[in-house]
Amino acid sequence: MTAAARIIINEVKGYHNFLKFMIVLVALAVLASAVRFVFGLGSTTNMNDTYPWGLWISFDVVTAVPLAAGAFTLGAIVHCFHIKKLEPLVRPAIVTGFLGYSLVCIGLLLDLGQPHKGWHTLVYWNVHSPMFEVSMCVMAYTTVLFLEFLSPVCEKFGYHMPLRVLRWLEMPLVIAAASISTLHQSSLGTFFLIAVDKLHNLWYNPLLPLQFWMSAIFTGMSIIILEATMVHRYLGQPDESELLEVLTKILPWVLGAYLTVKIAAMAFLSHGPLFDRPALLALFLVEVIVGVIIPMVMFMKDSNREDNRMQLRGASMIIFGVVLNRFNVSMFGMIQADQVIYFPSIVESLVTIGIIAGHILFFVLLAKYFPIFEHHPETVDYSLPDHFHEVDGHEQAKGVEA
Amino acid sequence: MSNSTSDVSKHRTFLIDTTKCTGCRGCQVACKQWNQLGAEKTTFFSGEGYQNPPAMSEHTFTRIKFKDYQKNGQNEFAFYKEMCMHCNEPACASVCPVGAFVKTPEGPVVYNAGRCIGCRFCMIACPFGIPKYEWSKAFPLVKKCTGCYSRVKEGLQPACATTCPTAISYGGRSEMLAEAERRLKNRPKHYYPAIYGKEEAGGTSVIYLTHQPLDELGFKKVTLRPLPSYTWQALRLVPGIFLTMGGGLSLISWFNHRKERIKQEEAFKNSKVAPETAEPETREEIQ
Repeated sequence: MTAAARIIINEVKGYHNFLKFMIVLVALAVLASAVRFVFGLGSTTNMNDTYPWGLWISFDVVTAVPLAAGAFTLGAIVHCFHIKKLEPLVRPAIVTGFLGYSLVCIGLLLDLGQPHKGWHTLVYWNVHSPMFEVSMCVMAYTTVLFLEFLSPVCEKFGYHMPLRVLRWLEMPLVIAAASISTLHQSSLGTFFLIAVDKLHNLWYNPLLPLQFWMSAIFTGMSIIILEATMVHRYLGQPDESELLEVLTKILPWVLGAYLTVKIAAMAFLSHGPLFDRPALLALFLVEVIVGVIIPMVMFMKDSNREDNRMQLRGASMIIFGVVLNRFNVSMFGMIQADQVIYFPSIVESLVTIGIIAGHILFFVLLAKYFPIFEHHPETVDYSLPDHFHEVDGHEQAKGVEA
Repeated sequence: MSNSTSDVSKHRTFLIDTTKCTGCRGCQVACKQWNQLGAEKTTFFSGEGYQNPPAMSEHTFTRIKFKDYQKNGQNEFAFYKEMCMHCNEPACASVCPVGAFVKTPEGPVVYNAGRCIGCRFCMIACPFGIPKYEWSKAFPLVKKCTGCYSRVKEGLQPACATTCPTAISYGGRSEMLAEAERRLKNRPKHYYPAIYGKEEAGGTSVIYLTHQPLDELGFKKVTLRPLPSYTWQALRLVPGIFLTMGGGLSLISWFNHRKERIKQEEAFKNSKVAPETAEPETREEIQ
């Protein structure tokens, strides 16, 4: 065993047991994906011709994308709308987003029948396809997030030149992130506009893309609240509830606008019966009441907005609501009355659990080894190191002349 | 995508008169032979009557569905040939991210396996549930009726239409529609007064005449609007939204940064500090 390997093993041995458990879950997921490629989709998943899309699309793609929306939402709030005091939250949000999108890509590749041909979307364009739109956007946005993520990496290793370039790119990247996210968050809703006569009327209406985008915005903010609170509780970071209060002030407005659009679209733009399937109606009510109305009312009150525990509760409810909403649209609402119900297989579940565990694991590890919390822009030295003593020499020469 | 220059009225179209179908299932056999599809393990009476195999699959592009009913106290069979409808504006072609489906000018909707990435969006999109997946394989592709494009291209008729002794006519879409309407007019009591596929999903290259009401036979009630238009009404806004978002946010940021800069400069002017001590502030501006 080489020395380097021994150092790594000792390092891992020192991790908290929770992290070790996460490593086990990720390892299981890697194993499960290997099983998928050896034995095929049919025998390892419960997908079939009735359910061409299962847990992997419903969670790993359709749900994970809005869950990773924190980066673009906060970027726009902090840099475009200039609420600078939220700056300390930006970097963790970018790391969360970058991890989220990388895992979306992995989940998508596992689900594709021909993952080795994934690059075809770059070559054979079909602008009429929402899937084409989303895959282009996800690739572009993952690149943007990667560039944004490079800042802490460069700081860690003291690369000054790239840091200056990244600093210069900051605003363009933030604006690109928000524009690209607007497109693909909403286009995920466009996916299901083709499912006329399949998706139930409670969810099917032409404004579905708009609703997907709006819900991505409040989900992004909720994820930031959840993440900042968890980091405060378990990673020993300072309590940011004062900053989070800014977010909880914005949340009721977005939730209210979303609710208005959702109810109006359902009432005026959907065709056919709304209340013919009791189970679906129940799911819809839970989604709207728990995920939208209760948190909205909660955050209307000042005392709830400031209280760290209430912030977490409200954010968790919003996140639960959006997860249920995406499952309702992409799975439950698509089940016809006479179909057997789909349950994910063990392989499918292991992979999805592993993806969630991987997200937590990599976040904690990145936080451990890279400056993602210590970041305060005014303290970073962006000046170029003067290796050739040009400035010094020049000044000396000037001094001699004088 | 559908070729907008091709003439819909000339698309080769199946006219399937289910009142003339004898349920021989010659079409099923011919389809398997021409497309070299594997056999499936089946059991008798797995569906209604002698219906077999139980479902369409990667090995079965067409099959005859059986429907038992009673007429004048006699047991009777009704049949419905399930197959790809070869829509005029196919949903599968519009949603495929790599354009693996193409509506050919001849009529059939064909699938290019070389392009397919296996995302299964076509299966979600198809209102008739036609594309099937090779679930048994590690790297599966989609399978569906080809409309026997290889035969049609050479001026032949599709395998099922060639084999069918009674029920299938094949020809230009306008001719087939005229023929269907002529039959409805001549024997109004014999037929249910509808041509399935004339307007369904914006019109298809397979049209049906039946004796029974359509829903009783298992025909899906689908929208009359071409399906690609449902997604396109949102997707066509994409470039505009991108530019509006990008431009709008750029403007907002520019104004906010300007406000900040002016505030800083004002503060600096009013503070009356000597230029030497102002260095940290100018550095902040560069950042």
